[in-house]
Amino acid sequence: MVFMRRCFLVLLASSLLFISACGKASDVTTTQKGLQKQIVLWHWLTDREEVLNELAARYNKLTGVKVSCRLYAPSDAYSQKVMAAGQAKALPDVYGILGEKRIFAAFVNAGHIADLTSYMEYNDSEWGKSFFKKALEVNEFLAGNEYGVKPGIYGVPIDVMNIQLLYNKKLFRQAGINPNIPLTTWEEFIAVLEQLKHSGIKGLVGGWGETWMIDCFAHNYAFNIMGEEKVVDTIKGKVLYNDPDWVAVFRLFDELARKQLLVSGIVTMGNKTAEQLFANEKCAFAFNGFWCVNVYEDMNPDLEYAAMLPPRVSDKYPMVIWGGAGSSFMVNDNSRSKEEAINFLKWLTQKAQQTFLSKQTRSLPSNKDSLEYISPILTQFADDMDVVSHPNILPVQENPKVLEALTKGIQAIIIGVKTPEEIANEVCTIKAKVMNE
Amino acid sequence: MKKKINIYAVKKCSIAFLMHSFLIAVSAACIFPLLWMLGTALKTQQTVFSDSSLFPQYPHWENFYIAWTKGHFGIYFLNSVLYTVAVVIGIVIIASLAAYAFSRLQFPFKNFLFYMFLAAMMIPLPGSFVALFVALKNMHLTEGFILPRIGYIFAMINVGLSLSIFILKTFFDQMPKDLEDAARVDGCSKLGVWWHMALPIARPAIAVVVIYNALNVWNEYVLAMLVLQENSLMPLQRGLMIFRGAHMTQYPLLMAGITITIIPIIITYFIMQKYIIKGITAGAMKG
Amino acid sequence: MVNYLFILPAVLIFSLFYIYPFTKVVHLSLSQWDGIAFKPAAFVGLAHFKNILSGNATQWWVSMAQAGYITFWALTLQNLLALLLALACDKAIKAGAVYRVIFFIPPILSEVVVGLVWWWIYDGNWGLLNQWLTNIGFGHFAHNWLSPSLEEGSRFLVRALPLTCVAIVHCWKGFGWAFIILLAGLQNIPRDLYEAAKVDGADPWQVFWKVTFPILIPVIVLVVILTILASMQSFVLILAMTNGGPYYYTEVPVTRILDSMKNGYFGFACAQSVIFGLILLGLSFSQLKISKQVHRT
Repeated sequence: MVFMRRCFLVLLASSLLFISACGKASDVTTTQKGLQKQIVLWHWLTDREEVLNELAARYNKLTGVKVSCRLYAPSDAYSQKVMAAGQAKALPDVYGILGEKRIFAAFVNAGHIADLTSYMEYNDSEWGKSFFKKALEVNEFLAGNEYGVKPGIYGVPIDVMNIQLLYNKKLFRQAGINPNIPLTTWEEFIAVLEQLKHSGIKGLVGGWGETWMIDCFAHNYAFNIMGEEKVVDTIKGKVLYNDPDWVAVFRLFDELARKQLLVSGIVTMGNKTAEQLFANEKCAFAFNGFWCVNVYEDMNPDLEYAAMLPPRVSDKYPMVIWGGAGSSFMVNDNSRSKEEAINFLKWLTQKAQQTFLSKQTRSLPSNKDSLEYISPILTQFADDMDVVSHPNILPVQENPKVLEALTKGIQAIIIGVKTPEEIANEVCTIKAKVMNE
Repeated sequence: MKKKINIYAVKKCSIAFLMHSFLIAVSAACIFPLLWMLGTALKTQQTVFSDSSLFPQYPHWENFYIAWTKGHFGIYFLNSVLYTVAVVIGIVIIASLAAYAFSRLQFPFKNFLFYMFLAAMMIPLPGSFVALFVALKNMHLTEGFILPRIGYIFAMINVGLSLSIFILKTFFDQMPKDLEDAARVDGCSKLGVWWHMALPIARPAIAVVVIYNALNVWNEYVLAMLVLQENSLMPLQRGLMIFRGAHMTQYPLLMAGITITIIPIIITYFIMQKYIIKGITAGAMKG
Repeated sequence: MVNYLFILPAVLIFSLFYIYPFTKVVHLSLSQWDGIAFKPAAFVGLAHFKNILSGNATQWWVSMAQAGYITFWALTLQNLLALLLALACDKAIKAGAVYRVIFFIPPILSEVVVGLVWWWIYDGNWGLLNQWLTNIGFGHFAHNWLSPSLEEGSRFLVRALPLTCVAIVHCWKGFGWAFIILLAGLQNIPRDLYEAAKVDGADPWQVFWKVTFPILIPVIVLVVILTILASMQSFVLILAMTNGGPYYYTEVPVTRILDSMKNGYFGFACAQSVIFGLILLGLSFSQLKISKQVHRT
């Protein structure tokens, strides 16, 4: 009886194998079909799959070049796929690199990425000037960079983003606060949070279980308190992390936590959890990037909210928010269809396509001229693209071990087991160790 | 006399009562997430987290249909079935042959080889998938439509091999030697003993191995994504990924999709667990 | 000689898909590599190993101890629970099949669902556990389960509570496996032994220790070894629920290894894996040796 069952299973397996082997020939790689020009594009943007396919179809009609867009999600899986393909020299014509500049640099040095500087600068930088300056800077390597990469532009941004504070207007009104008066200073911020607490409304939420989100908030205030130059000097090792200015940054978190102005559980929360809490009006403030517009729209279309810059602590230096290119694409230097790939990306970042992309996916275009058709809430994000910075734009990047000590240390401050001074010293020690490597 | 019987009856009843309430309490803890998942699958994106009741007032049964079509589940489902069946059959045969050899046969380096398999379970290999992918690519096992499947199936067989060998050997060790000797004396070949005696006796262990590997292959995603380039070769988990965007997760559709993917596994488990409790059958194990 | 044919397919597949990547990992553990360049940047010999063994790897041994803590819970709570349930279901009780399917639901559920549900249970503000505690009058026991702050209790609480909560979820997810393996083992015990014991007038306690337990020992050893391996290597739940936080309080060796990889210290990550593997090897082999001794007596 068991034997018969097993035979049946073997037959089933072989027939399935046979049937599926005659599967539809979907995407053929550039190595096979010689005559028709083809580009393969790998992306991780699940929410934009349909739009990208539509754009690919339009491009095909326009130029006869076939663009195959393949999705690999979620982002971690995508990164693994790209890494593995890099090792096996099997990268597609167009793809993106997620993560730190260090990874980007390593790919360039391994010869996987084409240098686009000449294309960007062609015809008085026609292509290059069409972008938001900061968006392009994320994809650029400057002279004298620490990775030994030849200076130039190596990626094409297809949208921009920044990360700001969101607040719930309805909950403000409930607590008797006028939501239309801008909050500009830290003291005002704390006062509003205290007032909300009195009315039983929770304060600030953020995905601070994901350490990069803590990094973002901390560095915003670091720029505000000590200025960009000092921050860069700290990364270079000229300034120590237990400098009073840095301790002041850590103290901000301590203040928020001791006064219980944060949503509890924030240090183990992923960004998606934080998003759904704010969307369901469980708290008044959220620290999130512009992609949240889509999430909130989907979860609670009636949400009344607005964006604001994190309120500044010091007047000496400007408040800077993280931002720059949201998603960027690179061209494989070893691709056989390099020219076609670059032309496609040029087309993709033109005004008409960018407007389409932005409208359909509620994202911010990277093309400066496409801003007319975006919704009001996105305008609030777009307006602040001037005060934007990003670790990948800075001339040097901090070592990941130091960042880990800093962000995890801030988590320890929030739950109260370490003081700001203790964490400052711990980060110092790790930084010293790393500098000696 | 009467008093003694009463105490005994009361004791028996209370033990049974305790046992059953214990079982029911544990069951409740197990079922709860399943019910939550089903309830979420029937809600809308707006009510997933705002509606705190387990089941929504207006269940959206169409979510299952949408999940199936939007996630292109049809072809992915077939692929997953193919991979799971192929890997399970492969492992049962290969692992039981090896386990039988380790348990009952003699050959040089037997212990060393067995411990080598054991050690594989213990040393996690970070990035081993990348090295595997490179190796498969160099062998040209990643292009086309048939070869990647074969490469993937064998890679997945390896993933479950060590554990399956270990489990099966433990159960083979308990097989009574005298029966086997009798069979050998009667002229049964080693392979015959394996097929006719060892396998039927170790049926519970084989059932465990089947369940374990079926679950592993069914839920696997990373290796499939690396090795299988074409969409039409991808397993079911690929379909679920549609609902987990970089920033937006469509919870009702995701839960509906997960529910759909769980059903075959539960069916497989239901079938296999019968073999676990069938235990020893007619005649062979007496004495 | 023909005996080798039995193990040939297994060894072939194993060599290609495990031995080859394994040699690569060992080679990389002696080098410095960022995971992207085609060749490792430098050969550093045993430098990585020296660093790890001398305590220079951030929170490595702490994470090892924390994984050990989870394993402790798994060996006690999870396996005792599984054993009791297996014993209960061994008697052909009514609705036995239903129970068997129900107990296997946690292992089947995907981590996405498990992470979401247990977050909902453990959440400090709106979570089910706190709501339930308040409802039955134990409101003062309500805590921020996964990230308590010092204001809520002692340092010990802040340190141990997140990890304990994660360990409990791990046990909940894992007992189904221990349950069916133990059940399979119990079913292998000849029924007439039970009959004989009953005739001899033994009570359930004696039946268990004199009849069930001795025969069950190999299966118990199997379950113990598998539990240790699974618990020490667990990480998916942790990533879903706490991401190693708060601070380093729920980090385990595998999350540390993944962090090393992500940060571009691939060679170091390989060295960490090798050390981790050797420790697990040692644990498992000592288990096997001990069980062989016990079996002989």
